[in-house]
Order: sequence, then C-alpha cells, then structure tokens
Amino acid sequence: MALAPAITDIEQLKNHPAVALLVAWNPQAVQGVKFDREEMTIYLDRSAIREACALLKEDPACPFNFLADVTCVDWYPSEPRFEVVYHLLSIPKKERVRLKVKLDSGSPVVESLTSIWPGANYFEREVFDLFGVRFTGHPYLRRIMMPEDWEGHPLRKDYPVEGYR
Amino acid sequence: MAHLAPTPVLEPGQDRTMILNMGPQHPSTHGVLRVLLEIDGETIVRLMPDIGFLHTGIEKTCEAKFYQQVVPLTDRIDYLCPMTNNLCYVLAVEKLLGLEIPPKAQWLRVLMNELTRINSHLVWLGTHAMDIGALTVFLYCFREREEVLKMFEMVSGQRMMTSYFRVGGVALEPPLGFFDRVRDFAGYFPEKVDEYENLLTGNPIWGMRTKGVAVLSAEDAIALGATGPTLRGSGVDIDLRRDMPYSSYEKFQFKVPVSQDGDVFARYMCRVQELRESCGIVRQALDGMPEGPIKADAPGIVLPDREKMKTQMESLIYHFKIITEGFAVPAGEVYQAVESPRGEMGYYIVSDGTAKPYRVHMRSACFANLQTLAKMCEGHLLADVVAAIGSIDIVLGEIDR
Repeated sequence: MALAPAITDIEQLKNHPAVALLVAWNPQAVQGVKFDREEMTIYLDRSAIREACALLKEDPACPFNFLADVTCVDWYPSEPRFEVVYHLLSIPKKERVRLKVKLDSGSPVVESLTSIWPGANYFEREVFDLFGVRFTGHPYLRRIMMPEDWEGHPLRKDYPVEGYR
Repeated sequence: MAHLAPTPVLEPGQDRTMILNMGPQHPSTHGVLRVLLEIDGETIVRLMPDIGFLHTGIEKTCEAKFYQQVVPLTDRIDYLCPMTNNLCYVLAVEKLLGLEIPPKAQWLRVLMNELTRINSHLVWLGTHAMDIGALTVFLYCFREREEVLKMFEMVSGQRMMTSYFRVGGVALEPPLGFFDRVRDFAGYFPEKVDEYENLLTGNPIWGMRTKGVAVLSAEDAIALGATGPTLRGSGVDIDLRRDMPYSSYEKFQFKVPVSQDGDVFARYMCRVQELRESCGIVRQALDGMPEGPIKADAPGIVLPDREKMKTQMESLIYHFKIITEGFAVPAGEVYQAVESPRGEMGYYIVSDGTAKPYRVHMRSACFANLQTLAKMCEGHLLADVVAAIGSIDIVLGEIDR
C-alpha cells in the first residue's frame, strides 16, 4: 500500500466538518490545513485557539466534544520553534481532528483550554513542565512530572538525552 | 512532584480543616501515587493527586532509539497490559509507513490483546476488592492470571514485558500446543468469572462500599477527559474497538457494557462484563484464525526469518542493515488510539524521515482518568477515597511515563 500524498489545498478539504466550520467562522485564523494518512490537521493562529475549540465543541452538526490529548513538538533550531498539538474527538460522530498552534521561542505562550475542558489541566501542565510552554488562564500551572526545583525542560531538543552532567 | 513544599494553603476561617497526606507509600494507591487530602472531620474538602514519582522520561528516550527499539520501552509504561501498548505503537508506525499487515498477524494481535485485557482486569479486580476488604477475590484472580501469564511466556518467552509485536507483524509463530491451551482457558474462564461475581456482585458489604460511592456524571467524565470503563460506567457508549476499529476488530462480535449509574459499582460491573466479552473475542479469534504469514512482506523493515538469514545472502544483508541502521520512515505524523483496558491509549508519533522517531507522545488513559478523582471524592467520606482510586484502575507507570 503506497502512501497517498498529503492534501494541503483548503478548497479540497472543505467537506470536513471542522474545516468548514472554522473557515466560515474566521478565514484569517485558519493558517493551513493538511490531510495526510487519513488524518486531518488544521493550523490555527495562536490567538484563535480557545475560541475555535469552544466553537468546535458546540458545533451542532459534528460536536468535537472530547479533548483527547494536548502535547507539543519542539522544532529547534528552526522558528517558529514549538508546535502545540491538540487532538479532538467527536464522541457522537466518531471523528477526529488535530489542531496545531505554532509558537516562536521568544514567547511560547498560548491560551489555556481549561475553561472549555477542565481535563486540559494535566495535559497543559505536562507540556509546561517538559517544554516550557506557558498557558495563560491555567488555574494551577506548575510542574507535574519533574521536581519543583528542576532546571530546564527535558523534552526540548536542546536538552541532552542523558541530562546535564 | 509539584507540591513538595507548600501543601494546599489554608484560607483564614478554614481552621476546621486539616491536611492529610496519603502515599506515596500506601498499599491502596497501586504504586507511587501521593494524594493530598484536606479534610473536615471525615469529609473531604479538597483532594489533590501528586504524581511524577515514577517519571523516567520514556518519551525522551524514544527519540534516541530506532523505531524497532522503542517496542520494549512501550511494555514498560503500562506493565499490566504490555501487548496493548505494543499494538498501539506498532499500529502508529505502520500507519506512518503505509504498511499492510497479513490477516493472521492481525488476528493474533487481537487474540493477545484480549488475553492482555483479561490479565489487566484480573489484577484490577483482585487489588480493588482487596483494598475494600475482600481478600479472597485477590487469590482467585491471581490464580487465573497466572495461567494467562504462562501463555504469554509460551509465545514471547516473557511473562510480563512481552514485546511480542513487531512493526509489520508479530515476532514468532505461536508454539505447538498454544492454541489448545488458550481454548482450554477460554472454555473454563466464564465459570471463574461467575465465581468472582458470586463473591462480590450480590454481596451486601460490597454493595454498601461501592453503590452510590464516588459518583461521576457523564458530563463531568467527558469534560475531564475520562475514557474506557470510567467513561462507560457513567453512561457514555464509546469503545474504540467497535467505533473506530483497528487490527480487524470490525470482524468480531462483542457487546460493549455500559452502565448509567456512574458509581464505583457501575465501573465494577462494566469491567466484569468486559471480562466475559473478552473471553468471547478470544474464542472467536481461535475459531476464525486465518492461515498465512505472520509478518508483512517488507524486506527492508521486517527482520527476515532466522533460517533465511543463515542461508541467503540477501536476507543477511537486510538483517544487518535493519539492526545497525534501522529503517527510515517517511516524514509525517500520526495519532493512533486503541482501547486499552483503562481507556484510550494513544500514540502520537512525528517522523522527520530518519530511522529514529522525532517525537513520540503517549496519550495515557490513566493520566486523564486520574483527574476525575477530585470530582468523585470532594464532599464525601475519607474511607471512600480508597474505593474511588481502585475504581479508576490506575497504573502509575503509565501516568508518569
């Protein structure tokens, strides 16, 4: 089974409920889309993520009502350095979508989703702990895996695998 | 390990309350979970789990390994259901590669996965009942679990850290006598489940400790990211095996137990019913096991048979190259989720086109499920915390990774 090339043309992907909804809401917020290996990715502007999620959650046609995962990828040394990745699941429609926000290394800050899904709490704390990305509006943004007095963020690419000696 | 120094700060006027520290060395926390409890007499005012004691940086370690070397690491994150983690990881890598898996390998994976679910649920049932005070069930459950572990040892040489699945198939053909042994087990196992249920389901003491305790509504469960039996116990009917099938699960018939009550007893009933359903899937997998190869035909990715490696030059070269250089995976990203015994286990893998994963993230079911604990317990009695922790079936290895 050969891999089909990724589709990045937004016009071809308008049938997807999440893409259609977000483009109709605010075309400027949608920076790009990608359909690869049967998975839909939407790149969003940093300022739009919370409102976009609130909108997707309440979408009557296909409510993405479940936040499955929040994580981050470090693309050091290129800029924008961080990609915060959200995986949403629609429990009624059994549909998944991946949202991405790109953050530069100067100010890795993005709005927290805890006001929409309280379950984002631990996931965002983990990203904060291991990548140093900050979430504004988070009720308790503190380290969760590493000790409180730990220096550095271990999952960053410039952090050595064996740790600092 | 976030709150080593300041435990929850007490506001003025709250001098009725005190802070109680539970764990990390506590027999009912199933590992190294620390729970901070602010209590007013016997009533819990606030509950705060403190995790991270078992953090080993597996996600970071994965970035330094070849794709095939990550498989043994995935066993170790959830040591009660190693095969489920293996499966989720290899499915994600196969999706990245666009690899087709032969039917027999898929069915073997389903078979092993359901045995793993039985194994995991038996440990859960035994320890959960023991926490609440029913010690006998623990011994009964471990009797059957021992048999499952022996089957694991037969196929993979290991009782717990099996690493049986490979990218492209499974490691070895199951040995002679394995299927008979599984069939035998699947034949008598439902009676054993009856035995556990005789001890617990109608038992008035069990009922008093579990019914109406640690109630979680469906809205709260979804909002807090709960999955698996924790979510289905609250009345949300979703099971990834049925709703988003992988590895040929669409060819199996099984029911998804759902309960509306949302209490400890509801979650208990869901898991006990799942034991029976898993046993049914095991029987179907045995009856319909297709013939054919157990590995995909992808010479640069799947290791050649030992026999071929010793007699054919080409196979030897492939073997050498896979071991020394790994195999390159086309750039891209996938998120693959499977229904683990605890809920949605997901692997998010980013590839940059080299032989080592750029990023591996494990979406652990327990990590999200643990967030429901505060909602379940706040405002209720201290003694119910133990029942609530048992009912969400946590494995700290998976939470802390």
